[in-house]
Amino acid sequence: MIGTAHFLALSAVLFSIGAVGAVVRRNVIIIFMSIELMLNAANLAFVAGSNSLGSMNGQSIVFFVMTVAAAEAAVGLAVILALFRNRQTVAADEIALLKW
Amino acid sequence: MSPLVFYPLAFVCIASAMGVVLSKNPVRSALCLVSALFCLAIFYVFLQAHLVAALQIIVYAGAVMVLFLFVITLLNLESDRGLGERPALSGIGFCAGAFVAASLVAALSSAVAPGSRGVVLPQTFGTTKVLARQLFGDYLVAFELTSVLLLVAVVGAVVLAKRDGSYEGDEQDAAPARQSEEAPH
Amino acid sequence: MHAAATEATASLPIAVTYLRYIPLAPLVGVLFHIALGYRLGRRAVGLVGCAAVAVSFALATKAFLTVAGSPAGTVVTDNVYQWLSSGEFSANVAFTVDALSSVMIMVVTGVGFLIHLYSVGYMAHDEDYARFFAYLNLFTAAMLVLVLGDNLPLMFVGWEGVGLCSYLLIGFWYTDPEKASAGKKAFLVNRIGDAGFVLGAFTIFWALVDLGQGSLTFATINARAAELPAWASLAGALLLFVGATGKSAQIPLYVWLPDAMAGPTPVSALIHAATMVTAGIYMVARLHGLFEAAPFSLQVVGTVGAATALLAATIGIAQTDIKKVLAYSTVSQLGYMFLALGVGAFGAGIFHLMTHAFFKALLFLGAGSVIHGLHEEQDIRRMGGVSQKMPITHATFALGVLAIAGVPGLSGFFSKDEILASAYASGHTWLWGCGVFGASITAFYMTRLYVLTFRGEFRGDHHEWEHAHESPATMTLPLIVLAALAVVGGYVGVPAVLGGGNHFAEYLAPSVGHHQLGLDAGTELMLMGISVGAALAGIGLAWTMYSRGPKADRTLANALRGLYWQMRAAYNIDAVYDALVVQPLMRASYALWRSVDMQFIDGVANGTATAINSIGEGSRRWATGNVQHYMLTVLAGVAALVLALTLGALIGVAG
Repeated sequence: MIGTAHFLALSAVLFSIGAVGAVVRRNVIIIFMSIELMLNAANLAFVAGSNSLGSMNGQSIVFFVMTVAAAEAAVGLAVILALFRNRQTVAADEIALLKW
Repeated sequence: MSPLVFYPLAFVCIASAMGVVLSKNPVRSALCLVSALFCLAIFYVFLQAHLVAALQIIVYAGAVMVLFLFVITLLNLESDRGLGERPALSGIGFCAGAFVAASLVAALSSAVAPGSRGVVLPQTFGTTKVLARQLFGDYLVAFELTSVLLLVAVVGAVVLAKRDGSYEGDEQDAAPARQSEEAPH
Repeated sequence: MHAAATEATASLPIAVTYLRYIPLAPLVGVLFHIALGYRLGRRAVGLVGCAAVAVSFALATKAFLTVAGSPAGTVVTDNVYQWLSSGEFSANVAFTVDALSSVMIMVVTGVGFLIHLYSVGYMAHDEDYARFFAYLNLFTAAMLVLVLGDNLPLMFVGWEGVGLCSYLLIGFWYTDPEKASAGKKAFLVNRIGDAGFVLGAFTIFWALVDLGQGSLTFATINARAAELPAWASLAGALLLFVGATGKSAQIPLYVWLPDAMAGPTPVSALIHAATMVTAGIYMVARLHGLFEAAPFSLQVVGTVGAATALLAATIGIAQTDIKKVLAYSTVSQLGYMFLALGVGAFGAGIFHLMTHAFFKALLFLGAGSVIHGLHEEQDIRRMGGVSQKMPITHATFALGVLAIAGVPGLSGFFSKDEILASAYASGHTWLWGCGVFGASITAFYMTRLYVLTFRGEFRGDHHEWEHAHESPATMTLPLIVLAALAVVGGYVGVPAVLGGGNHFAEYLAPSVGHHQLGLDAGTELMLMGISVGAALAGIGLAWTMYSRGPKADRTLANALRGLYWQMRAAYNIDAVYDALVVQPLMRASYALWRSVDMQFIDGVANGTATAINSIGEGSRRWATGNVQHYMLTVLAGVAALVLALTLGALIGVAG
């Protein structure tokens, strides 16, 4: 029988894969996608918890996370567009402006 | 949920996720992400989160991913060398990721006894009606605030993506924002 | 508590609230001079400066009359507020007037007022008129706090205040480096004494706390002094006496006073002759209980006083600067006062303090008048015959000379004689001998000063002589008043053997105890005769020698050989101190600067900076600006957190 623990474990694995992707890839769009993956891993944990506890709150939170993720995607991709236009690159290490 | 369904599906989901991270071509990464999100939607169905599952496909696999593909093609991104570009960082990243995964799996499995389910779910659990009652009842203020958030995001996206001193790009830059605004509804 | 109660019943305090205005009035004057003095002009400054002291004088008179008109032992107190309270220690801002301090405030405010009045004329042409009066008023306020304070910490406030004003006024003409450094010298030498004062106060507090007493009021110290352990009373008394030697210019710390004459002459009269330098005498008399509890300390006081009296008198013989002669004379007279304290005759010491305040202030102001009239000429070899031009100054100065020389019938005679008789009666015959010898030297050099200044022919510049003039009324009036006081001031303490009742000693008895001479009338009259004879011999010798003018110095030099030039050079004490103390200190400081400061301290400071700099250099490599590196760090943090929580949960489960 598959229980909540299995879903949580799956969520943890997906989250870690997203985290690794965010750290190792150069392409900011892929980094972005990795972050989406992490958000969805969290959503899975919420839904599994909601199911396990019999509470609808978890699903409501997922709804809000999706909304925020959508807004974030819109703004984030606009930032990437502006960045690309100014620098002709989408490599994360070439836009290291946040430095001493 | 039967293990016969769970394990293959989980495998596909994890493989797709790995695909997102490992693919050299951004378009392939995006398609892998769509696949992973689709798998999650199936899990949601099995977890009695029907509306969430539907929204997952519409918003994520539909709108957001279209937006991603749109930007990728707009920027005309070529394949890069994937992880090979920075092997040292990749090595460290994967080690750290494996460690985090192991820690999280250990933590979360110890938090819930496997196979236990404390409550019997009602027949209506996860239906649109129940979720809607909660969203427009308990979470009304938060719900309305998200609409403000989306408005701000639309305006922000337009301003950011707009070319300086020119209105030529308005239409194409506003498009993604407009989509994201509609997306959750 | 018990002791305090006993004190209270013994001294019948009268609680009032006006005592606080005695020091406050000059303080208000200070604020006025600082804030408005330069704007409102000389007339306003002089008026306010004098009025402030006059207010103090009026209130002081009121307090004095209250004490004098009440039964013996009455004390007037004004407890303003609790000033310090720390652990077992407490001190109030509280003012007390008893017999002793009533005499002091009368002298300080009375002589102080006259000198303020004199300054109006003397400083009339000085640019920094307001600053001068601000300092003078500040000094008066500080001196009154010193005298009125009912505990050691409050006295110390005044003690430091007068030291500061002394420094400010000696260096009043600070553009002259010599005068500025004279001020610094006075300040530094006094600082040594002040260190002794503070250490003495700590010692007494330390010992008193063991007796359950947390306050340092004079009443408590005097009442409990006998119960203190012997080491504490001896160490406390000697350390406080170190403070007294600094402020009252005794061996070994007297060297600042002659240099202090660099200040304006009214300052020399007020601070360095009449009031501030008597602070040490006042303090020892105030704490007579403590000093009596440690008899050895009184021996020290008496010996130092006699030695100073003699040493300074011999230096006075050979000085050529009119103010220097008076300065050494002051040191010498202060030595007499300590001699009196040392033989236990506290009343006699205070008596001489008072008469000395009159005639020494008179002499200084007279000297100032002469200097003023002769356009800043201070060398007595270039004076002579001034009596023709300045009759009032001459007459008053002559009375002052007679008074200090101890001519019978004037104030100095009574007070000095009481000191000498007390010294003899207490069995310290050799101290008495020193005193008599010193008295004849005093008579000698004061007569020399008088003759060279006022008698004979003028030896200075022709122009100076033509422009010489008598001083204005604001200057001569104080001279006349002080001359009157110098004549009659002694009649408050006429000894019994001359038909008086020695009222002064009786009046002071509740504060400092009554010192019984225990001599028969014949002995007392014989002693009196000896000291008068010594004084007259000094006067006569000087008169005959110096009628020939300053050439007589050479005769004296031939008679005394090398000693005379040593006297003129003040025994080169300054050079000795320089070689023994100043130079080694400078060399040690230089060595410390080179080794400790430049190598060690700077090394530590610069090393810290270098270390922090290199830490920054190293750690800034972490801030690559690459957002993924930051993410990696966050990831590591998450991993550590989850691991810690998991392990914690597992341990918790296991437990």
